[in-house]
Amino acid sequence: MSENLPEGAASLPLKHESGVLHVCGEAAYIDDLPEPAGLVHVVPGLSTRAHARVVRLSLDAVRAAPDVLRVITAADIPGENDVSATGIHDECLLATDEVMYCGQPLFAVVARTRAAARRAVRLAEVEYEDLPAVLTIDQARAAGGDLVWRSLTMRRGEAEAALPASPHRRSGAVRMGGQEHFYLEGQAALAVPGEAQEMRVWSSTQHPTETQAMICHVLGISAACVTVEVRRMGGGFGGKETQANPPACLAALAAVLTGYPAKIRLDRDDDMMMTGKRHDFLVDYDVGFDGDGVISGVSMTLAARCGWSADLSGPVTDRALFHADNAYFYPHVVLRSEPLRTHTQSNTAYRGFGGPQGIVAAERVIEEIAFATGLDPLDVRLRNAYVSGSDRSLTPYHMEVEDSISRELMTQLAQDCSYRERRQEIRGFNRDHPWVRRGIALTPVKFGISFTATHYNQAGALVHIYTDGSVQVNHGGTEMGQGLHTKMVQVVMRALGLPEERVLITATNTGKVPNTSATAASSGADLNGMAVLDAVKKIRNRLTAFVAQKHGVPQAEVAFGPQGVRVGSEILAFTDVVKAAYLARISLSSSGFYKTPKIHWDPATGRGRPFFYFAYGAACSEVAIDLLTGEMRTERVDILHDAGQSLNPAIDLGQVEGAFVQGVGWLTMEELVWDDAGRLRTHAPSTYKIPGCSDRPRIFNVGLADQGENREETIFRSKAVGEPPFVHGVSVLCAVSDALASLDDYRSCPPLDAPATAEMILRTAYEMKRRNKSLSGN
Amino acid sequence: MRRNIRFWLGDELIRTENISPVMTVLDWLREVRGRRGTKEGCNEGDCGACTVIVVRRERERLVWNAVNACIQFVAMLDGAQVFTIEDMKAPDGTLHPVQEAMVRLHGSQCGFCTPGFVMSMVAYRRRPGADDSDTAIDDALAGNLCRCTGYAPIVRAMKESLAAGPDRFEAMGEVILSRLKELEDGQTVQISAEEGMLTIPVSADALAQVLEEDPDARIVAGATDVGLHVTKQMRVLPHVVFIGRIPDLRHLTLTEEGLEIGAAVTWSEAEAALNVLQPEMRETLRRIGGRPVRNSGTVCGNIANGSPIGDGPPLLIAADARLRLRRGKVSREIPLEAFFLEYGKQDRAADEFVESVFIPRPDCNVIFRGYKVSRRSDQDISAVMAGLSLRLEDGVITQARLAWGGMAATPCRAAHAEAALQGRVWDEAALEAARAALTEDFAPISDMRASAWYRMEVARNLLTRFWLETASSVPVLTSVFADPEVRHV
Repeated sequence: MSENLPEGAASLPLKHESGVLHVCGEAAYIDDLPEPAGLVHVVPGLSTRAHARVVRLSLDAVRAAPDVLRVITAADIPGENDVSATGIHDECLLATDEVMYCGQPLFAVVARTRAAARRAVRLAEVEYEDLPAVLTIDQARAAGGDLVWRSLTMRRGEAEAALPASPHRRSGAVRMGGQEHFYLEGQAALAVPGEAQEMRVWSSTQHPTETQAMICHVLGISAACVTVEVRRMGGGFGGKETQANPPACLAALAAVLTGYPAKIRLDRDDDMMMTGKRHDFLVDYDVGFDGDGVISGVSMTLAARCGWSADLSGPVTDRALFHADNAYFYPHVVLRSEPLRTHTQSNTAYRGFGGPQGIVAAERVIEEIAFATGLDPLDVRLRNAYVSGSDRSLTPYHMEVEDSISRELMTQLAQDCSYRERRQEIRGFNRDHPWVRRGIALTPVKFGISFTATHYNQAGALVHIYTDGSVQVNHGGTEMGQGLHTKMVQVVMRALGLPEERVLITATNTGKVPNTSATAASSGADLNGMAVLDAVKKIRNRLTAFVAQKHGVPQAEVAFGPQGVRVGSEILAFTDVVKAAYLARISLSSSGFYKTPKIHWDPATGRGRPFFYFAYGAACSEVAIDLLTGEMRTERVDILHDAGQSLNPAIDLGQVEGAFVQGVGWLTMEELVWDDAGRLRTHAPSTYKIPGCSDRPRIFNVGLADQGENREETIFRSKAVGEPPFVHGVSVLCAVSDALASLDDYRSCPPLDAPATAEMILRTAYEMKRRNKSLSGN
Repeated sequence: MRRNIRFWLGDELIRTENISPVMTVLDWLREVRGRRGTKEGCNEGDCGACTVIVVRRERERLVWNAVNACIQFVAMLDGAQVFTIEDMKAPDGTLHPVQEAMVRLHGSQCGFCTPGFVMSMVAYRRRPGADDSDTAIDDALAGNLCRCTGYAPIVRAMKESLAAGPDRFEAMGEVILSRLKELEDGQTVQISAEEGMLTIPVSADALAQVLEEDPDARIVAGATDVGLHVTKQMRVLPHVVFIGRIPDLRHLTLTEEGLEIGAAVTWSEAEAALNVLQPEMRETLRRIGGRPVRNSGTVCGNIANGSPIGDGPPLLIAADARLRLRRGKVSREIPLEAFFLEYGKQDRAADEFVESVFIPRPDCNVIFRGYKVSRRSDQDISAVMAGLSLRLEDGVITQARLAWGGMAATPCRAAHAEAALQGRVWDEAALEAARAALTEDFAPISDMRASAWYRMEVARNLLTRFWLETASSVPVLTSVFADPEVRHV
């Protein structure tokens, strides 16, 4: 049937389905929903110590505070005091006798107003007995290296033998910081108790099914009793994949214990103190290469600060390994993860899911080679890029890279943005400018698409056609701004030939589509698009059979298009066909289902095909750094990104632009600072700085690559676009590195860690000047 | 004496009795009025999701200001016209040109920050002389954070909407002017609510009297600082005195002698006059808060709160500013630097208030620079802030005023570095002497904004930048943020 599909609708730059609601303030987020009568408000009380025994928890003053209805502690939990996303029972909802990080919920106050609850929380008296706290990667290693998850090793060839045999060898370490999601809408949930054990929960969650499961687990009730719904989130970025669960559980718990509808909406500071963030990493690397810059062997250990519990740290650190090759072929390789336990927030999913951290390490290795050989880093990148169909196409996890376009994209972008000419100009500029230096870098991204947990790669949808010809679509994916719902509307438009206004997306709801996967891993459109298409096709097939029989034409002569339903030589109105089908007692509703083919992965052997395909891109950034203060400015950025046959080029460009700026934020100005006592000191936008309007590149050219369609059979041959462009931010880090390298005349690789804050840049500049002095012998 | 707060919300005249002195505009809009289009993103005036427009009548002209509703108190709206996102669409459903451009150009993704952006954009369109340059737009949007789009499509929408011609508010000017005029009754406002009392005095004399009667009353001008005491620290304020609209504290007087800025003058209002007085302040003034913060926060409030990291004091101390304080009927004037005694302690009696600050007109022998170094260039608190001023007579430094923020527990001058410069020719040797002496002046702290090492190193390097810009024989590029036209010297 697919050859009969009308073209167009699925690759149009349609506006965001909620755009008009957004700009009018009419798009409802959790806290905007109409409040049920008797609503109560929940505010958690957080630990103020990183690691301590709770000697005494006195909550009498809290209970006695005005408008307080109830104080909840772990003892009040009817089910299990656990919200561990992976089911390993290592993450309590409320701490009991020991707190494991500063910011951990110890109790929760339920009051008639949110303000009353916030005031009451401060009246708690907690007596702690401090225990040794392990806060950093280095401290965790020194303390014996307790892991939250098994370490993963990927091995191909004999790196241990190849490295010493290489003509050249460099080793070193690169650190990169974590990142707060800073979704503009903080964590929020509204729980409304129903009859008997029933509960409806509106939650700002990327994973309604898991939120449902966690609530059931904590309340000790069955999944059938709980319905979780989310129409949209005010941003997610991975921060609402598991982190939405504890607030939703607290709201549900309050609703059960008081019998009233209960709402939780975390204050920004509480949100940032409580919830996990992107993992910070320390990567130790060792690379062997020849005089042409061609890699012979790589060995890396990727250590991550995971926080106090596993959460998703296992798959996150796995994915760091999956991307520690970025776009490059390593003939001999061994990669090892080290997911370390620390007494800090439990780090979690964040756009890229460990992948960007692996890629930063890969690009550092490239820089080492470039500075050691004196080659243009771009040439080192081109020489080491995977070549599909050659003997240089096997990943460290033994998957064949069948679709590599890295070289093509890098070459085209270098040409389009005059990389080589500008690189020469910049070197001239740097000779003439003692206080401001410029740098340029062109980096690729190759990003594996699919959940590495294979069973997550499934999706469901539910489509209803009503007798007036309007269509209601529901699927398991959640909308957090990425335009998923818009794309799903386009899938229906294309499959049925309908205009936009006939297709309505409704809130994601576990009662409509059950057992869904998180909207994560860039998979939202890939998985749900196919499920929606499956549902639509089922109904379309029934309609086709019905009209073909009714009009006495072969089914092949029935087609759904913008003009209506073509039946032989006749064109019928879609609504008339639907009405007639209804009268003939044809079902106009269907569920749909999809599972990604081809994929498998065995962590025990480190082998498999974890990814259905790869998404590619390349970015070229030029920066200026200030040698008096370390301040940096992104002067110009050119990006070429591969979205396959884009479902919606406007939305995909928006994803690329936004992801890039977010990636640059991670690697430059966003810095999480904990003090020596393990208290996060950057817990609000006054201290944690995400990029602002003036931080966007002065010149910013973003284009979608015209490399055509996805060679795999994805939804209309598109490619996932959520996470891959986040990695383009790495080009800015490498450009800063290039600018710093000018200080010792490009003779050594700058030891630049991320985030490259002004302070980090100034520190590294001083180190480069020191090197220059000692090299020049004066 | 009036017992209510009166203002226009859209086309409705609001009269609130029994309003708590610390009820924020955001909570009132969302919880009391059910206007839930205005969002809470941070509750501390930093993300802009709560941006609303406050229109005031100033000298028969309307001034449209974007402000953060989360750290404004309802009482501060007295006499104003307020618009929220709900007012932007025309009654017939037609989108405002800003809204239309934002939808068409994909300026929203998750949509949560969008209402705040729209309000800042609409307010910017109404600023006299609003242009479509990137720098001007960046400045207008510096108080709004977006985590999804990377800003590019929002800037495109701003540009397109600027070209779209007049909006429907254009025609409402006369109506709003007359509405606001009618609200001006010259009456003291006092309201006793369960949560506390609020007073809006009509004059500086009346304010002095209120403070004499209740020295514990909290003075609030723009609330960009006190707002956080309420929203974040949950402090109880039994009596709040709002001074932001007291006419005789709203003077901004530029004379031959200098500039006097009354206690109720906001940064936005003072900006132009300060730039005339000392053009070298321009870029640092622009980087004090974001536009919504500068629209509310006052110059004198930035001084009176005594913060060691306020950006105003170092600039103004370097400019030789004098502070006028008043207690009862008695006024006194002190050098600004003398106001800051130690961390959290200023030279102000409980019943005394800051009346104004005076900045003398610099003579042609003075060279001046203001430098701000912060993690993010816009809307950020400084790691190091410098106000640097030298009087040169026949090439010799006859007076040095090197004032710093972020280097000590108060904004203060660098006595050793100043002494090292006094009487010397402003040459490289003098620079080196000042750089060396600066380590005698300060032992800065390490915190989440910067390490002690960085603060000291940057402070010394800012002296170098000052020298390079004012004394170096060859023009040289000294900053990545320098104006494009001087970038390639």
